[in-house]
Amino acid sequence: MKTVEEINLLREKAKQENHELTKVYIHMGTCGIASGAMNLLTSLKEMIKEQKLKNINVITTGCAGICSEEPLITVKLPDKEAVIYKKMDIAKMKQVFEQHLMGNEAVVDYALARGMEYQLAERIKNKGVMPGETAENTKIPAIETLAFFNQQEVRVMRNRGLIDPGKINDYLSRGGYEGAIKALFNMDDKKIIDEVLNSGLRGRGGAGFPIGLKWKFAAAETGDIKYILCNADEGDPGAYMDRNVMESDPHSLIEGMIIGAKAIGSNQGYIYCRAEYPLAIETLTKAIKQARSLNLLGANILDSGFDFDIEIYEGAGAFVCGEETALMRSIEGRRGNPRPKPPFPVKAGLWEQPTVLNNVETFANIAQIIDKGSDWYKEVGTEKSPGTKIFSITGDIENVGCVEVPIGTSVDTIVNKIGLMQVGKTFKSVQLGGPSGGCIPQQHMDVAVDYESLQEYGAIMGSGGLIVMSEGKSAVDIAKFFIEFCKDEACGKCIPGREGTKQMLHILNKISSGQGTHKDIQTLEALCEMVQKTALCALCKTSVNPVKSTLRYFRDEYESAVSDVEMGGF
Amino acid sequence: MSMLMEFSEEQVERLDDLIETYGMKDGGLIPLLEKAQNLLGYLPESAQQRIADKTDISPNRVHGVVTFYSFFTMEARARHRVQLCMGTACYVKGADKIEAKLEADYQVKMGESTEDGRFTFEKARCVGACGLAPVMIIDDKVYGKVTIDDLDDILNQYE
Repeated sequence: MKTVEEINLLREKAKQENHELTKVYIHMGTCGIASGAMNLLTSLKEMIKEQKLKNINVITTGCAGICSEEPLITVKLPDKEAVIYKKMDIAKMKQVFEQHLMGNEAVVDYALARGMEYQLAERIKNKGVMPGETAENTKIPAIETLAFFNQQEVRVMRNRGLIDPGKINDYLSRGGYEGAIKALFNMDDKKIIDEVLNSGLRGRGGAGFPIGLKWKFAAAETGDIKYILCNADEGDPGAYMDRNVMESDPHSLIEGMIIGAKAIGSNQGYIYCRAEYPLAIETLTKAIKQARSLNLLGANILDSGFDFDIEIYEGAGAFVCGEETALMRSIEGRRGNPRPKPPFPVKAGLWEQPTVLNNVETFANIAQIIDKGSDWYKEVGTEKSPGTKIFSITGDIENVGCVEVPIGTSVDTIVNKIGLMQVGKTFKSVQLGGPSGGCIPQQHMDVAVDYESLQEYGAIMGSGGLIVMSEGKSAVDIAKFFIEFCKDEACGKCIPGREGTKQMLHILNKISSGQGTHKDIQTLEALCEMVQKTALCALCKTSVNPVKSTLRYFRDEYESAVSDVEMGGF
Repeated sequence: MSMLMEFSEEQVERLDDLIETYGMKDGGLIPLLEKAQNLLGYLPESAQQRIADKTDISPNRVHGVVTFYSFFTMEARARHRVQLCMGTACYVKGADKIEAKLEADYQVKMGESTEDGRFTFEKARCVGACGLAPVMIIDDKVYGKVTIDDLDDILNQYE
């Protein structure tokens, strides 16, 4: 049995840095690996062996955030600034090895930035360098001068590109599990819930329900068996924030679940993760095993008297299972059909027991709220929605990646400062919230990303997918793309969802192939209202949003695609 | 008891072991079906029937689950499984053009296999590698930033 003292000792030991060591970080998220990071790792290890280099520590980390520049590596010589290299290949790796690792001279041509993301605040305070480090070649841009990094407020992703997700000691060295220890030993359930309530944290899966309130409802339920679930079924096409968190910092999720379990009085948790994320599942499985080995999970955690364990449940490919009641049916081994609410899952959820379901990013916020306090948490974000939100920004932009910004940041900042339009492309609109969301056109780009403001313009915060589209993409086709997705993924249980999406797709196909009439646009609008009002669950209720939104901003494209032949004197 | 003529004795034995391990506990059906499909390659009616017989779960429910989730298939796949990601980022980056090219080159529709049993082509749900859009996955290998011109070079690596 491990005790708090032993965990703290481990943490202190992990914090001791060996300043003689050169460190090479290879950033190996799913996209890093797909762009060749594994080959870089192999070739680097071979070169180190061949040259019999000593004092080199090769660290594999998750994604460093800027996916379009992958594969990325970071080289940190003792007492010198780190250098991040972009778009690496074996030949470049060889040159960096010879020139930088053996010759102490950075390769300017391949460098993305000098400095590391976690040092950003301190570097700004120290005017560019870290204490005890000498500057690298100043032809390489300092990381704090790059808008991609300096516009972000990295809290949930504070460990990305820095820690090895496979090593619990790395997480401990960054203050990991301090929040859980505080919650287990110094706080009762009421105190934990009050802290979360006061933080104003809202569900990051999209709906924005206050987390403290959800926990409070579940805590008030009597009964011995309660469940705490993590929704890692990130099904929105074009969104991959949760994958990133799970692959880069799995313990932040586990720690959040431990705290939530203590708050509501649950002894069993499940992480429902989609099968399309094999690396995330592997990373989480390993992390859970390590947490168990240090008695941070299991019976009588750290001798606190509290029992809690987590099981991973692999989804089998159904978008609707992101809906909470469907997800629970799926864990029970049934078809993932949603059911009407109430009763709400906090009363009768998994196996009809009180259940709390939060998404990955939500849980990953919790430990810091408990550890640093809700007042710290509220320093960023808006009054109604404190904290940060992660977006995965993709599409026709230069810097594709996962970005974390204070809630309330403008869409314009995210797209034009962090993302940057690709040269030669003209902005048309940005789509937020995937199949449940809508688009923001040029004239509304200064809208703040928060739960309420976006809704005014027909978009939603959603889970965080943000796709930038340039001129030339047809609005009708985009609407068709999302409706086709929803038609395929509708579970079939309710008629508006099953038949409504099918009819909408039929009409959109007709319009985009030039066979449509004005009457079709009217029918489409009527269908939108009908499906929105009558479908059983959020999946199909919100599936009309991409259509409504494109009709609102790009109606001319619909109008010019149809003719009046059938309608006569319309 | 369903006899599963299409599989070897060893496969059937291992399937029975899986049923023993996963099939008897609450919520074990989906993990069992996932493992069974990994073992057998697909889940024909005969396999579903055997699972139902041995677990006391109704065949109706087993079949309902198999047909509900996109991970499960009731038909044998070809030697190589080619999945084209149809997430939004891939769509915006021209995945539909790649789809059209594949369908024309191999004379198949998405969801079908080539006659020589070499490739099964499928549309994939977003794999979350949007930085690399458009993305194609062959067996377990992910190919990023795929262009129409790359297709032959990539697919010719697979026999």
